[in-house]
Amino acid sequence: MSNPYAKLPGWVEYGLVPLVNLAVAFLVAGLVVLLVGENPFEAAYHLINGAFGRGEYIGFTLYYATTFIFTGLAVAVAFHAGLFNIGGEGQAYVGGIGVALACLWLDQTMPWFVVFPLAIIGSAAFGAVWAFLPGWLQAKRGSHIVITTIMFNFIASSLMVYLLTKVLKPLGSMAPQTRTFAEGGQLPKLDWLLAIFGLDIGTAPFNISFLLALVAAFGVWLLIWRTKLGYEMRTMGHSPSAARYAGMSESRITVITMMISGALAGMMALNPIMGEQGRMQLDFVQGAGFVGIAVALMGRSHPAGIIPAAVLFGVLYQGGAEISFEMPSISRDMIVIIQGLVILFAGALENMFRPAITRLFSISSRRAAVVAQTKGA
Amino acid sequence: MDFFHVIVVLLESTIRVSVPLIFAALAGLFTERAGIFDIGLEGKMLGAAFAAGAVAAITQSVWLGLLAAILISIALSLVHGYASITQRGNQIVSGVAINFIVAGSTVILGEAWFRQGGRTPALAEGARFQTINFPFADAIREVPLIGPIYADLLSGHFILTYVAFAMVPLSWWILYRTRFGLRLRAVGENPGAVDTAGISVIWMRYRAVICCGILCGFAGAYLSLAMTAGFVKGMTAGKGYIALAALIFAKWRPFNIMLACLLFGFLDAFAIRLQGNPLPLIGQVPVQLMQALPYILTVILLAGFIGKAIPPKAGGVPYVKER
Repeated sequence: MSNPYAKLPGWVEYGLVPLVNLAVAFLVAGLVVLLVGENPFEAAYHLINGAFGRGEYIGFTLYYATTFIFTGLAVAVAFHAGLFNIGGEGQAYVGGIGVALACLWLDQTMPWFVVFPLAIIGSAAFGAVWAFLPGWLQAKRGSHIVITTIMFNFIASSLMVYLLTKVLKPLGSMAPQTRTFAEGGQLPKLDWLLAIFGLDIGTAPFNISFLLALVAAFGVWLLIWRTKLGYEMRTMGHSPSAARYAGMSESRITVITMMISGALAGMMALNPIMGEQGRMQLDFVQGAGFVGIAVALMGRSHPAGIIPAAVLFGVLYQGGAEISFEMPSISRDMIVIIQGLVILFAGALENMFRPAITRLFSISSRRAAVVAQTKGA
Repeated sequence: MDFFHVIVVLLESTIRVSVPLIFAALAGLFTERAGIFDIGLEGKMLGAAFAAGAVAAITQSVWLGLLAAILISIALSLVHGYASITQRGNQIVSGVAINFIVAGSTVILGEAWFRQGGRTPALAEGARFQTINFPFADAIREVPLIGPIYADLLSGHFILTYVAFAMVPLSWWILYRTRFGLRLRAVGENPGAVDTAGISVIWMRYRAVICCGILCGFAGAYLSLAMTAGFVKGMTAGKGYIALAALIFAKWRPFNIMLACLLFGFLDAFAIRLQGNPLPLIGQVPVQLMQALPYILTVILLAGFIGKAIPPKAGGVPYVKER
């Protein structure tokens, strides 16, 4: 499809346009706050204070951000190949099995740095397997990836309820969760990282999987922009027919992309399971897979955009908790609204303000050209 | 309890749980046939259910509740339409966004207005739908075989239940026997041809989206005004996605949609009925497997192992007039 919009300077394309969209999303969210009868500025104050006010708060913000970096990268990788992986939620949930198995197996005998790599492999493998089937079905049988991944989210949810209530639950326990892991199944906190900035981490579960998330982000950048596979993925994303003409195997790219995407989503499970709770619980993903969609859209599918977008959602999650504490009529569901608005304005309506911005820039650049001409003469 | 009685009870609850699925799947039929993917059925249904519960609680009128449900659902559909038709945005992204916005705002607004933990106040008799009993239902009940079928299966449902089943042939008639329906389907298969014939693709698609809004409004109103007495947060609980699955399972055809919804409704009713009791011949079946079955069946169908599901050709592609 042709692009009906003129090319804009990079900083406008990747900076101003997303910022305008984001600002509109927050403006509408502010209206909702008004509708509830509260002061949006007060809410904004509690949001910022709740997310950055103390070392502990920052720890929580970055803990949530870690989760969203993984799920955001997962969605972004698929986006590059023109695939919409809406199943990050299910892949992360199933990825939890890999983490739990590694921990249940070795946590009492091995230190964390032995268990952690195995858990990474486990989570990535389980997540990849859960994404493999939709990918394969799309590639070989032509079933629409969006629909299959939605279905797989529900299947994953049923599967996990079954596993946690019947299989992984310790004998005699009522709660649908695994046993609490011993020391080997718990990740060390990044208290030293915050201490460099003179901050005290307190009880925040900010842990080493944050570093893994940064490595993953770098890895995704390498993959997409510096490898042959990444080139093929982008080609297919821009024009499937061009990819076919160039002799690239569509089905191979589809399956591999989905597996990478699923693996990234699956690795998200490390953060809550090994980093916070020290066990696998029902519904530990808590919608993070869907937040990934918002994060990827806002970050324009680039790791350098995804990390700040993930931090922004970390701010919303942590600061949102503070708002609901200070202003009881604004519960944490406010975050869900903002998330939806961000998806709407940064995703579906991303081009709404583009004509206006383009006009603005074409006028100013023409004026600059005129000024340059008169100066030259 | 004899076997026949169990079957009647099971079928009765099947009908009860299938009604919102039928409405929502037919709603999806209209948009998807016009070339617009709609995974926002869930959100529209939820928004409609909330509007119905809230307005009926305030006005004590079930009809105003229904009207509010339809209006809100149309408004949400138009947002989806604006994003995917006028702005040519990604239709899936837009649907996801609507689901989230509604999921959050129904809780926030419900809590702010009614302060009952995201519920709307329980509705009194006049403010919700009552079941309709056919004439002589009680008299005939004792007649073997015909009695229970007439009294429990055919009679004793809400008016919306009958509307839902009437919508199936009506939708078929609209889509396959009217000029509007022909154009609507054409817009989903080959919008360029429709444009060449001098018909506005944009306006056709907007009308399809409005039809979807009306039907989702009925689905939501049924949830909060008939099935239960009031809105409960998150009460759609994935029904929009099951309806979407049913729509695909039915290969985008009205009568198949009814059958698919009844099948998925039956699975649901059956799972509730079973509650961990072993099945004859098969033995113990986990409830979770029963719950996942609609999704698993849809995936198998999509994979082309039970026939082939071919979606409308122009689905998901925004229409750009040639410049």
